[in-house]
Amino acid sequence: MPVLEKEGTQVWRRRTRGEALWRWFGWLIGVAVFAVCWQQISASTTWFFVWDAPRIADDIWTRATPPRWEYITQLGRPIWDTLNIATLGTLIALFLAVPVAFLAARNTTPSTLFVRPIALLIIVSTRSINSLIWALLLIAIIGPGVFAGVIAIAIRSIGFCAKLLYEAIEEIDHGQVEAITATGASRWQVMAYGIVPQIMPAFAGVAVFRWDINIRESTVLGLVGAGGIGLQLSSSLNVLAWPQVSLILLVILGAVVISEWVSAKVRGAII
Amino acid sequence: MSHRELDDMLGTGWRKPHFVRNPVLRWGLIAGFVAYLIAAYMTIEVDWGRVYEGLDRGWQFVLAFTKPDFVSRAGDIWEGLLESIVMTVAASVVGILISIPIGLGAARNIAPLPVYVICRGIVAVSRALQEIIVAILLVAIFGFGPLAGFLTLSFATIGFLSKLLAEDIESMDKVQAEAIKASGAKWMQWINYGVQPQVMPRLVGLSMYRIDINFRESAILGLVGAGGIGATLNTAFDRYEYDTAAAILILIIGIVMTLEYLSGVIRARVQ
Repeated sequence: MPVLEKEGTQVWRRRTRGEALWRWFGWLIGVAVFAVCWQQISASTTWFFVWDAPRIADDIWTRATPPRWEYITQLGRPIWDTLNIATLGTLIALFLAVPVAFLAARNTTPSTLFVRPIALLIIVSTRSINSLIWALLLIAIIGPGVFAGVIAIAIRSIGFCAKLLYEAIEEIDHGQVEAITATGASRWQVMAYGIVPQIMPAFAGVAVFRWDINIRESTVLGLVGAGGIGLQLSSSLNVLAWPQVSLILLVILGAVVISEWVSAKVRGAII
Repeated sequence: MSHRELDDMLGTGWRKPHFVRNPVLRWGLIAGFVAYLIAAYMTIEVDWGRVYEGLDRGWQFVLAFTKPDFVSRAGDIWEGLLESIVMTVAASVVGILISIPIGLGAARNIAPLPVYVICRGIVAVSRALQEIIVAILLVAIFGFGPLAGFLTLSFATIGFLSKLLAEDIESMDKVQAEAIKASGAKWMQWINYGVQPQVMPRLVGLSMYRIDINFRESAILGLVGAGGIGATLNTAFDRYEYDTAAAILILIIGIVMTLEYLSGVIRARVQ
């Protein structure tokens, strides 16, 4: 414990002088970095617009209220598309995530040296790229539409689902697997009777959790042309139809709240 | 299991128990699911000819990953990446600073009811709105540029961090906080010595995680004009410059992996 000698009495200190200096130095660098970053942002901002912002915000608010309620009749199909993108995307992702997860889990992978790194690379690379970017890419490749959205959501979800699943697989109770092996079961039978029942609740939980996130993400995929309600949002924004924009935002908000409620209910029932 | 039950089951074959016990519910779920799949499949229009055509382009994109082009658009990539990083750093700092008081206010065991309700309201609003939609609105209000992206990320950080911080404070050990209070500490001292040491490790871990998320999100904000690498990426896709797009994606994946590794190291050290 660092103690400072001061006029004959000992005074307790939390850190030694060296530690305190290092800390002070770290804070100094942190503040300096933040200042530089802020300067960069400030330099590329048109401050006139910012000072004008309250008036603009007020203007947009008056244009956007009240929402154009009768527009909702045209939103049925986009909402159905959005639901399809999220659900089918989640399904495809789960199909692909299961093998990846088994290959990535330390206790089920056939080879920790070759196969596991590849599976981990798939997980990291699909996870670190946002679904909007995947959608952008797929639109360039297979053309705009709902299908591109489904695939984009599917690819983006593989990493997420596989990561949570392989963590669940690594945490299973080994005794059960051993018991099944001891009965003379083959490798596949061990999987079906020893491992799968143990990760089933985790699997169902991950599926519903990801579906909830995917509903959120698929509402905005249309902004880049991948179908769903985002398409309506983007076209309304382009023609500055603010009453329609506010209605669409309300619908998206409703969808997000409902999906979160459903997901919480289902997960509560499983666990 | 009683004797009688065991006797009844002797001699009969064993069957795997079903995941959903109730047969009516089980078959209902399966039938509903199949009906949904059919309906979804009927309504999705896929232009298979277009998809087939695109396979060639998709293959070109995969090939582009083997020879990414960092050079010919180096200036744009560097500028966009720097802007993304600047936005991430500034937004994380501001977001974390603001989310600490809101997190304190959203913890029921610390805050009085009115403060609690207000802070929880802020958290709910911030979590319900997605980054990209907030970014669209902020770009409309503040104009193009990284300021809108910075504000978006700060706003999203507040919802994420305050909620998790508040949950951590609510589940803290009351005894330590009470001991500090009993020593006659003022409110600030109580928070500083009774509460903060308990939640600090988790706060650091969550902050690191949020920096990671902020960088990933900053990569897409450029799509709607809120600054960052997204605009460069979008242009690269629009011009079918797959090698440049591949280079940008590789950079994003690399930075995300580095951040994830760093946050893992830091989290392991503080916990």
